[in-house]
Amino acid sequence: MKRKLICLFVSLCLASLSGFSSAQDLLIKNGTILTVTKGTVSNGDVLVVGGIIKKIGRDIKAPSGIKVIDAAGKYVMPGVIDSHTHIALTGTNETANAITPEVVMRDVLNAEELSIYTALSGGVTMVHTMHGSGNPIGGENIVIKMKWGKTSEEMIVPQAYRTLKFALGENPKRANSPITGTPRFPQSRMGVNSIIRREFLKAKNYMEQWDRYLKAKKSKKAAKNLVPPRKDLQMEQLADMMRGKMLARCHTYRADETLEFIKLSKEFGFKIAAFEHISEAFKIAQELAEEGIGISIFLDNWAYKVEASEGIAYNAAFCTQQGVLVSINSDSGERIRRLFNDAAKSMKYGGLSEEEALKLVTINPAIQLGVEKITGSLEVGKHGDIAIFNEHPLSAYTLCEMTIIEGEIYFDRAQYLKEREEMEKKKKEPVKKKKGGKR
Amino acid sequence: MKRKVIACIALAFFCSSLGWARGEDAQVIAIKGAKIIPVVGEDIQEGTILIKDGKIEDVGENVTIPPGAKIIDATGLTAYPGMIDSFCHLGLHEIGSIRATIDYREAGRFNPQVKAVEALRPDSVHIPISRSNGITSAVVVSTGGLISGQSGLIRLLGWTPEELVIKSSVAMHIQFPTVRRSRRAEAQPQDQTSRQVDELKQLLNEARYYQKRRAAAQKDARLPLPEFDEKLEFLLPVVNGQLPVLISVYAENDIKAAIQFVQDEKLKAIFFGVTEGWKVADNLAKSGIPVVFGSLYAMPSNWEDGYDAIYRNPGVLAKAGVKFAFSSQSATLAKDLPYHAAKAAAFGLDRREALKGVTLYPAQIWGVDDVLGSLEKGKVANIVLADGDMLELRTNIKYVFIDGKQTDLSNIYTELLEKYKRRD
Repeated sequence: MKRKLICLFVSLCLASLSGFSSAQDLLIKNGTILTVTKGTVSNGDVLVVGGIIKKIGRDIKAPSGIKVIDAAGKYVMPGVIDSHTHIALTGTNETANAITPEVVMRDVLNAEELSIYTALSGGVTMVHTMHGSGNPIGGENIVIKMKWGKTSEEMIVPQAYRTLKFALGENPKRANSPITGTPRFPQSRMGVNSIIRREFLKAKNYMEQWDRYLKAKKSKKAAKNLVPPRKDLQMEQLADMMRGKMLARCHTYRADETLEFIKLSKEFGFKIAAFEHISEAFKIAQELAEEGIGISIFLDNWAYKVEASEGIAYNAAFCTQQGVLVSINSDSGERIRRLFNDAAKSMKYGGLSEEEALKLVTINPAIQLGVEKITGSLEVGKHGDIAIFNEHPLSAYTLCEMTIIEGEIYFDRAQYLKEREEMEKKKKEPVKKKKGGKR
Repeated sequence: MKRKVIACIALAFFCSSLGWARGEDAQVIAIKGAKIIPVVGEDIQEGTILIKDGKIEDVGENVTIPPGAKIIDATGLTAYPGMIDSFCHLGLHEIGSIRATIDYREAGRFNPQVKAVEALRPDSVHIPISRSNGITSAVVVSTGGLISGQSGLIRLLGWTPEELVIKSSVAMHIQFPTVRRSRRAEAQPQDQTSRQVDELKQLLNEARYYQKRRAAAQKDARLPLPEFDEKLEFLLPVVNGQLPVLISVYAENDIKAAIQFVQDEKLKAIFFGVTEGWKVADNLAKSGIPVVFGSLYAMPSNWEDGYDAIYRNPGVLAKAGVKFAFSSQSATLAKDLPYHAAKAAAFGLDRREALKGVTLYPAQIWGVDDVLGSLEKGKVANIVLADGDMLELRTNIKYVFIDGKQTDLSNIYTELLEKYKRRD
C-alpha cells in the first residue's frame, strides 16, 4: 500500500514537472471575473489546476500545455448552485406513507437525465436534489454536481450536509390531490405538526432503548440473554437528526406553520438548514434572522396555490436586508437554466446590489448546503466550478457560454453550435445508397 | 361643414365603440426631459411628450409646453410605448390550484360563443402587478376544446370590466388538432389530425350555409327561417373574414397543416405558440400569417432540436420575415412579458425587433396600430417611463400612463411589503 502511494506521488510530481496538463486544468483569460465574495477583477484570469482554483488575477502566465479559454469581453462567475430541485432522480415522492425518512435519494439518482444538461446550459454546476413535499417527513436528499456523462456516484458531493426533507401545509395534507379511498393522515396543519412530533417522540424512545441496551451490554453484570432493540431505519434517520448528523430542509409556505416547526426543532434539538419556498418569509424575517435559519425560495413564482398567494417578489431582497441567508431555487427542470435571471429580479424588487443578487444563486446556496469551503465563489483553493456568460449574468440579454466543473468543461455553447450545424448539414445531404448492397 | 360634423360624430361613435372616448382630464400633461423611444422612427435623445384628452398631443425634441400643463420631470428616464401582452389570462385567473378562481376554460369542444372579456375581474391582483412593470394592454384568451372562444383586448386600468375592455372580440381562439406522440398515433397520424380538421371545416361550412339560408329567408318570407344555432351564429364573423382566428399550433407538421387550413378556408389568421416555427420559417413567411409566441419559459418538445430551440425560434422567424409578437401566456407571471422578448434577443433576435414584439407589432397584429403600439402624435397615451432599458430585468418602471392617466403603481407586492415593514 505504502509503495503504491509513493509511486502515485512520484508520478504526480513528474506530471507537474513535465508540463503535463490534465482535463482538469485550464486558464481563463481576460474576462470580467465576478468572484462574488472577493469583488470583481476586470481583465482578469482564473487558473485552475487539478480541478482547483490556483490563481485569480491579471496576466497569469499559462503553464505549458494548458488549455486556455479566451474570455475577453465575457463574464466569469462561480457556477450557479440550485439549492432545491428534483432533477436527475427516478422518483421524487414516496406518498404511500406519510413518514418516509428511510427513503434515500442517493438510491434513485439518474445520471442520464437530460435535465442535467439543461442545468449546465444555464451555468448550473451543483444542485441539491430532494425528496418531494408529499410527506410531513420525507426522504434524505443529496447534493450532486452536474457532471454530465459521469456516473451518479461520481456526481455526489461528499462534503455536503446530510439533509432530510420535511414538508408542511397543503402538500403533506394532500389539499390539492383528489381523495381516493380513505384519506391519508394528516389532512390538516394540526395533523402535520402532530405526526412530526409523534415520530420524534418515537425516535427519542428508540434512542433510549439503544442507550440502555448498549449500557447494559457494557456492564459487568450483563445478562446473558440480553436482546438488542429492533433496528428501525426510520428511527435511525430521526436519531441522526437529533444527534446533529443530519439537518432539516423544511418545505413551508406560511409564516405561522414555519414558526411552529421552529418550535418543534427546539423541542427535539434538531437543526434546520433552510426553509423551502416559504412565500411568507418576509412576515417573519426577524425570527428567521434571529434563529439563523436560511431560506431557499422562488424569486417570484407564486399564486399557484392558496398558501403561495402572498409570495411577493420582494421576499428575497427584503429577507436579505433583514439578515436572512437567502438562496433562489428552481424546483424545476426548466427554471433551473435561468436562475441568473431570477437573481437579477432581486435588484428590481427590493434593490439588492449586483453582488448580493449573485450571492442568491452562488455562495448563499453553498452555505446552505455546507459546501461554501469548496465552492460557491471564485476563490483560490476552491473547486474550479465556473460559468462564463457573454454579457453580465444579471442582464436579461445574457446567455451562458460555458460551464466548467472542477476545471472540466461540461457545457460549451460554441461546441454545441458547431455540432448543430454539422447535424443540419447532414440532414440536408441525400441519403447515400451502398453500392452493390444486397437486401 | 355638415359633412365634417357628421364625420366627427361618426368618429366619436367609432371611438366609443372601441372604448376609447372616456371622461378624461382636460389638463395637459407634459413629460419633460426623457429619452424617447417612439419605436417608430428615430429615438429622441431628450424630448417632451404632451398628453391631452388621453392622447399624445405632441412628441419631439422641440415641443412647446402650454401654460398650465402638469409637468413631469423625466430627466434620466426613458419613455417607451406601453407594452401589449398578446396572449394572457389576466383577470381570468387568480390562484392556480383553485378552480373557483379560474375562468378562462370552458367545457365542450366548440365554444365560439364564449367571450373572455365577459368573465373579467378588474380587481385581480395580477393586473396591477403587470401594469407596474409597464404592460398597459393585453389580449385575454380563453382555452380548451377545439374552438375555445373569443379573445378580447383590454387596457390594464379600470374599475369595471367595461372600463377594461378596448375591443371585446379580437380573435376566435382555435386549438389546432395535434397528433399525440403515442405509438397508435404514429401508425396513422394524418388520419387523426385530418379528421378533426375536417370537423372544423365542416363546422365553418355549416356556418356559411346557415348564413345563406338566413339571408334567403329574410329576402323571401315563404322560405322557412332556420333554427337558431348558437355555434354557427358566432362563427359568422369568422367565415366572413371580419374576425381573425387565433390558432394555437406548435409542431412542424401541424403548422404546415394549419397554414393549409387557413388558406383553404380563406380565413384571417394569427398563429399562437409555433414552437417549431423555425423549421418552417419560409412557409410561415410566405403565408403572411403573424405569430404570437407563447411563454419562452419552456423546454423544446424534441431534444434533438437543441436546448435553445424555444429561445432562438423568434430570431429565426423574424429573419424570415414573419410578423410576430410576444406573450406571457400567464396571469400570475404576466409581468414577465418583457423578459420573454429579451430572452429571444439573447438568442439571436435583434433587440429593436424584440422591443417591437411587445409594442408596435402586437398593435399591428391585433388591428389597433392606429391608436396603440408607438409614441406618435394622435395615438393613445400609453406611456412607460423607465430608468433603463424596459426589457431589462434590473430596470425600474417609474411611471405608467394609460389613456393619458398616470396610474397607481402599487400592487399586492408593495402593499404586503409596506405592511410588514411596519411590523415591530
